[in-house]
Amino acid sequence: MDETMLDGNAAAGDLQALFAVEVTQMVGVCDGCGRTGPLAEAHTFVLAPGLTLRCPGCDAVLVRLVHLPDRTLVELSGLRRLELVS
Amino acid sequence: MSAPAPLRWQTARIAEVREETPRARTLAFDRPAWPGHRAGQHVDVRLTAEDGYRAQRSYSIASPPGTPRLEITVERLDDGEVSPWLAGEARAGDELELRGPIGGYFVWEPAKGGPLLLLAGGSGLVPLMCIERHRRAAAPEVASTLLVSARGPADLLYDAELEGSAVLTYTREQPPGWTGYARRVDRELLAAVAPPPEQRPRCYVCGPTSFVEVVAEALVALGHHRALIKTERFGATGG
Repeated sequence: MDETMLDGNAAAGDLQALFAVEVTQMVGVCDGCGRTGPLAEAHTFVLAPGLTLRCPGCDAVLVRLVHLPDRTLVELSGLRRLELVS
Repeated sequence: MSAPAPLRWQTARIAEVREETPRARTLAFDRPAWPGHRAGQHVDVRLTAEDGYRAQRSYSIASPPGTPRLEITVERLDDGEVSPWLAGEARAGDELELRGPIGGYFVWEPAKGGPLLLLAGGSGLVPLMCIERHRRAAAPEVASTLLVSARGPADLLYDAELEGSAVLTYTREQPPGWTGYARRVDRELLAAVAPPPEQRPRCYVCGPTSFVEVVAEALVALGHHRALIKTERFGATGG
């Protein structure tokens, strides 16, 4: 078992700093396998200078976030959809 | 869902330091500039070295909502970049940067109700203690079961506060005459301790990745509802 693997809770600060809303409680749909669940449950790898969120179902990359000296890049290419449950 | 709010780093002054165990300390900060936190949330802490090198880590909030000070409990990881300073050298009056409160998934509020099943591995106890403290203060009518897995008595956080109110299991070292659990949390132990699935307990599991995976799978195997199981893994590396 990979003890460096965390979950989306560890990405909540960086994501909220970008989007100004709490994102990890949102439900994401994986574009690879269609698995549906809160981003907080995504398998998360914190690798300086950024982090990667992977689907717990098929391991596809959902979100990639990279801090560069002058800007922050975020790719959401693995997410088919985000749902805000009210 | 709370209203959108920018998340900004702010300078925080350490007001008090308390020893919890030989490896862990609680740091109390004067109330930060935010409207308050929810039980289970965390903060990010950032340290900057004299040469400009920065290191950032997340720490769960230990103090319940509504208390004047913000408290975090930090366990020292010997090869860590941040925790050795926080858990070993930081003194009252020192300043650091923090941002928060962070997270909306691993939280509990009295309106969510119970019964609560709080399952802690090591310092994964911190956010669960926050939830339990909040429950005791704001909703004592909600039933709660707190199970704590620790390596030994010397590693148990908040021991005086837990006495008589938590189920303990010591995985490596037991005190003399110990008659309680002395193994890692498994399905049988959970079956003995947890409310039955028919009561639909809200389960919060926090600890190292291996603890969280084993416990969450065992809960599902026992018939607990997946949608009622919330998990938070903390890093065994990085510190």
